[in-house]
Amino acid sequence: MWRDALLVAGKDLRIELRSRVALWQVLPVAVLSLVLYAFALGPARHTLAAAAPGLFWLAVLFSTVLATQRSFAIESGEGTRDGLRVSGIDPAGVFLGKAAAVAAELAVLQVVLWAAMTLLFGVHVHTAWLAIVASFLATIGLATAGTLYGALSAGLRVRETLLPLLVLPVLAPVLLAASRAWSGALTGPVSSGESWLRILGPFAAVYLVVGIVLYGPLLETA
Amino acid sequence: MSISEKTAAVVRRPRWLRVVGALALVSTAATVWLGLWVTPPDAVQKNLVRLVYLHPPIAWVALYLAFGLSALASLLYLWRRTRSMFWDRLAASSVEVGVVFNALTLATGMIWGRPTWGVWWTWDARLTSTALLLVLFLGYLALRRVPADPEVRARRCAVAALVAFVDVPIVHFSVIWWQTLHQGATVLNANLSPTIHGSMAWTLLLGFIALTLVFVWMVGVRYQIEVLADRTGAERLEVSLAERWAEGELESPSAGGNGHGNGTTGSPVRPPTRVGQ
Repeated sequence: MWRDALLVAGKDLRIELRSRVALWQVLPVAVLSLVLYAFALGPARHTLAAAAPGLFWLAVLFSTVLATQRSFAIESGEGTRDGLRVSGIDPAGVFLGKAAAVAAELAVLQVVLWAAMTLLFGVHVHTAWLAIVASFLATIGLATAGTLYGALSAGLRVRETLLPLLVLPVLAPVLLAASRAWSGALTGPVSSGESWLRILGPFAAVYLVVGIVLYGPLLETA
Repeated sequence: MSISEKTAAVVRRPRWLRVVGALALVSTAATVWLGLWVTPPDAVQKNLVRLVYLHPPIAWVALYLAFGLSALASLLYLWRRTRSMFWDRLAASSVEVGVVFNALTLATGMIWGRPTWGVWWTWDARLTSTALLLVLFLGYLALRRVPADPEVRARRCAVAALVAFVDVPIVHFSVIWWQTLHQGATVLNANLSPTIHGSMAWTLLLGFIALTLVFVWMVGVRYQIEVLADRTGAERLEVSLAERWAEGELESPSAGGNGHGNGTTGSPVRPPTRVGQ
């Protein structure tokens, strides 16, 4: 299962590296959204700094929708899904691989977004470990739940409009918990930020397990 | 196009469903009578308290009964040993009725909230998670409307229902924490905590029974509609297939006996490769 996952993740990331769709489309949109939020809220520094954690995770959330859509768009080619199915790769491996590739893309995106936010909004992290742990857990949660719903709506004609409706309410707790945790890491108090890891951890674990179990039946339906 | 005997048999509701329907009607009428005329108004809330006979029972049906039943049915569908279209239809009917009751929960809650709290909406933990739940299951219904092979659709929807159901406790806890960290305790509990009058307690109990019966009846009827829709879909497919075949029979002699192999006549005898949805 793990070897299969590495193979699938490697394939997806290689396609992204070569096609550069994520790099030149998803990433600029995410950075652009930060600028748009500033337009919506006004240029006052303290307003932007107070809203920064929420805006950061909102940008990551919408990018997750784009990244998962992209992750399944590359499978939509002639017979690609059938090819993947008959190749004898464990469905759980496919799930883990695709989720890992999405997670890697989201991690890169967060680093860039973070740099952009430091420059544009003038905010600084006070408790680095909390921000990193929260990001790590939230990224696993977003990638696994996103991949699960991406597979669910893959191959449907209405997937572009259906996926956000399906996935955004499910990801709402991640947005809530990750922004609160980051708020704790940025301006404190650290203890209130820490407690939100107790939402992010179980969310990531639950969707990792649910994905491994339910991806098999989903792949059969394609 | 006429419907066959088999389909017509489904149109007649089974006896148990008619009995449940009658009981639902009687108990709902009794709840209305007791709730509006027999029970006394509340000391603090006056006549507004009468919403207590309606709002909690609706919420019970929506949040526990309907979505719990749909998750159970979806699980039984996915489990190979119990896989049958019965569970798929039951889950779908249950979600659809549940979404209606969920919307009613929000509506009655808001109607109650406006005069008692002074606002239509507050970011209370229960309100927020109920609203998110409504959107989650609207997604399920949207997924169900996408045309697909019934088996494929059933499996996809079962997975979607389970994944959404798993999210419910996480949503609930995260919203509760969000509240307690920001605004203090919830206000919703206050309404039910005072000891209530004897006749009020009985009316509330009757309200729960009445709306549970309404739920069972609605799911039963919705299930029948689902069966009918599948039947007529299949019948229509058979009829149009037969028509295409008949066209082929008519055209083939004029096309020159065995001459339909060269493709000029569009090979009328071959059944259509892409049929229906």
